[in-house]
Amino acid sequence: MIVSRREQWLGRVLLVILMAVTVLPFVSLFVTALHPSGTYPAGLSWPATPHWSNFTEAFKAADMGRLLWSSVLIEVGVVPVSLLISTMAGFALGHLRPPGGRALFIGFLLGLTLPFEGIIIPLYYQMRDLGLLNTRWAIILPLIGLYMPFAVFWMRAHFITMPDDISEAARIDGANLWQLFWRIHVPLSMPALSSLAILLFLWSWNQFLLAVVLVSDPLQRTMAGALGAFQGQWGTDIPLLCAGSLLILTPTLVIFLVFQRRFVSALLQGSLKG
Amino acid sequence: MQKRSTTIRRHREDEAAARFTTDRRRRALRARRLRRGGLALALTAPAVLAYVVFVIRPIAMTVQYSFYKWDGITPSTWAGLSNYVAILHNPELSGSIVNAFTLILFFSFVPVALGLFTANAIRGFATSRLAVVARTVLFLPQIIPLVAAGIMWSWQLSTDGVVNQVFRLLGLGRLARPWLGDFGTALPAVGVIGAWVLFGLCMLLLLAGMTKIDPSLYEAARVDGAGPVREFFSITLPSLRQEVVVCLTVTIIAALASFDIVYIATQGGPGNRTLVPGLEIYYLAFFQRQVGSASALAVVLMLLVLAVVLPLQSLSREGKS
Repeated sequence: MIVSRREQWLGRVLLVILMAVTVLPFVSLFVTALHPSGTYPAGLSWPATPHWSNFTEAFKAADMGRLLWSSVLIEVGVVPVSLLISTMAGFALGHLRPPGGRALFIGFLLGLTLPFEGIIIPLYYQMRDLGLLNTRWAIILPLIGLYMPFAVFWMRAHFITMPDDISEAARIDGANLWQLFWRIHVPLSMPALSSLAILLFLWSWNQFLLAVVLVSDPLQRTMAGALGAFQGQWGTDIPLLCAGSLLILTPTLVIFLVFQRRFVSALLQGSLKG
Repeated sequence: MQKRSTTIRRHREDEAAARFTTDRRRRALRARRLRRGGLALALTAPAVLAYVVFVIRPIAMTVQYSFYKWDGITPSTWAGLSNYVAILHNPELSGSIVNAFTLILFFSFVPVALGLFTANAIRGFATSRLAVVARTVLFLPQIIPLVAAGIMWSWQLSTDGVVNQVFRLLGLGRLARPWLGDFGTALPAVGVIGAWVLFGLCMLLLLAGMTKIDPSLYEAARVDGAGPVREFFSITLPSLRQEVVVCLTVTIIAALASFDIVYIATQGGPGNRTLVPGLEIYYLAFFQRQVGSASALAVVLMLLVLAVVLPLQSLSREGKS
């Protein structure tokens, strides 16, 4: 491709500026977290003596250990079940194509753009009637339902590309539907499944609205919900708030940096298909 | 003669028998297909159940609530369309919708325009080390919770924050202000946070789309003497129709359904200047106990999202055919 040198330089400079703007808030958060707690440090300034103890203090104040455990429990409740039932449905709708499947699929599509605020009010009363308010179930159960449009859409898009010959061959060898699904199609779907798992993991971890409305105890919430509560409680102590925010961000950042390639491609594909 | 007619008869009998067996086979096939169809539908049952119980039923309930006056405790009374009429007449409610549409400007148009510009500027070295690092860095805002973005930026945009520090450094100190607390700048400031979050995703989507364009098109354009601007508008932009539609869809939904960022950064203030439908639904339903009007606003929000997003989709389909 022919690109002039001047254009190249313009692009490089622009990219560096944009990266700086992206990273600046993180740096600002980190630097501020090192100031003595209770002070109002000015913008981006290195403290006279860095107060690393803010991190341990924030760790204790936020009860980080239990927060993490709560988020992990929510993930364990949401992700495997959502993956399993959406894969089954996607397999049926994309590969077996039963009569009436098309109508079902369109029904799922309708939920694809639904803003969560649209149904939060009935969810509250539904959870209250089930006696699940203030428990992790109040986040887990609705999330499974809310993920179905996207997850089914995603898995169907995968199964529709699987050739029929594979299933025919397996059937001739005497495989029934259950074996066909578990022994042939699930192992062949691992790339699609792992991308979906990453997306569902991230969305659950960052889920805020359901946590704020349905669960008032931060120790039963998702990470994002807990962060909201932490801000409400320690919002006036800026250095401590910054330290706590960074701590709460750390698990996501670590997981992202480890799996970044998968993350980026999953999110890009995810938005392309959605 | 005799012989011939018997062969014909025999032939016909064979045919009938054959038809009988194909009939039977066809029926058996159909039965198997139906049985398989039934099994296939059974496989979708858990997903359908979860979807119906936690999405479809709540949507129906929201619509139902929206026709009643209800405080969530005492029996409700029929209110007809009055909750919807109130949205038109109550400046707080209609204002929240106007604010959401204003946010589209920042959440959608800024990231898409800036994303197009940047992606176009760097497509020549999309595989260099700098671009690979940029891919990771620019993606960071996408993976952190919006709450965290809200916390970081409310600190940065505060009176002593980095943004004002930069303005003072540039000798523009008189522009410095508490951006999120100022009546004039609060909504644009919230918009900037959204643009920061969504820019990376849009840029990378558009860049991925650009790498799929056939390079010979550009070579041909250069030979014909087209400049970079002409090249962008006659080759790049038309080839990216699908990606642009995806970016717009994702970001417009993010703007109309915004909640997290506003909740953390401004709580809708100052003086409802940054109130958005999502936050208003939350306040009305759970603090002011006006479940009916909150539900009406929720229904309007769901319809608005569909009304904006569906026409966009047909735009990308036109591009494909």
